[in-house]
Amino acid sequence: MTTPTIAPERVHESDPDDVVDPDRPWVTIVWNDPINLMSYVTYIFQKLFGYSREKATSLMLDVHHKGRAVVSAGPREQMEFDVSRLHAAGLWATLQQD
Amino acid sequence: MARRFRRTRDGFDTRLDDLEAALLRDLAADLLTLLDLDPTEGDEVLGRLFPDGYADDPAAAADLRELIQDDLRDRKRAALRAISTSLADRDAKGRLTLDAETAEDWLTGLNDLRLALGTRLGVTEQMYDDPPDDDVDEASRHALEVYGWLGWLQEGLVDALLRSLPGSGAGAP
Repeated sequence: MTTPTIAPERVHESDPDDVVDPDRPWVTIVWNDPINLMSYVTYIFQKLFGYSREKATSLMLDVHHKGRAVVSAGPREQMEFDVSRLHAAGLWATLQQD
Repeated sequence: MARRFRRTRDGFDTRLDDLEAALLRDLAADLLTLLDLDPTEGDEVLGRLFPDGYADDPAAAADLRELIQDDLRDRKRAALRAISTSLADRDAKGRLTLDAETAEDWLTGLNDLRLALGTRLGVTEQMYDDPPDDDVDEASRHALEVYGWLGWLQEGLVDALLRSLPGSGAGAP
């Protein structure tokens, strides 16, 4: 299995309204959808992030009941990597600054 | 009739009859054809399989898409092809044993097939509690049965894979 290379030097168009505060962490969010099996989502959280069964189940239930859950946090590039892995698994994931 | 996936010493076992194997092959082939199209051109299934990575930032979403989309598509194709290829290994009774890596491909491929079919059918969470009634046409009814069967097959595989994870409290039999 290959992993996408996230180029750290990638330049974004700067927008004066879009002030990026380097201290605010980025987060990866998984959104609820009606198709993915609950057991499958739990398995993916364990497999991709190394979470315990308990933590993975708790996050899955948050997604199911609250509509979304933050599944990881860290530098932007790492969150883009996490989102790409979740998309590969068919989960509906986005990243944003917390 | 298919037998639910189970973990054995040799890997992950199931049994599929000829019709079920042919159905899986056809579904995989259909999705492989769809994957040749550009995901940004508005097809709802491709929109679900290749979602935006940023909810509120179209420019950043487009940048990320450019970065990861080819790899994502390659992975999805590989998983679907792995399903088709391994179906040829069924024995005379339809039994099939997947190694760990192929089981992961099946998991990914089955999930993408369910996402594709479920999206086309407009599946909602209410549908699980309140199945569609008699006014559903024959084609949709058949598609819903296929969707349900795919979910049953995948659920068995997920359960077997969950038991194989470290710390699951259940080692190899």
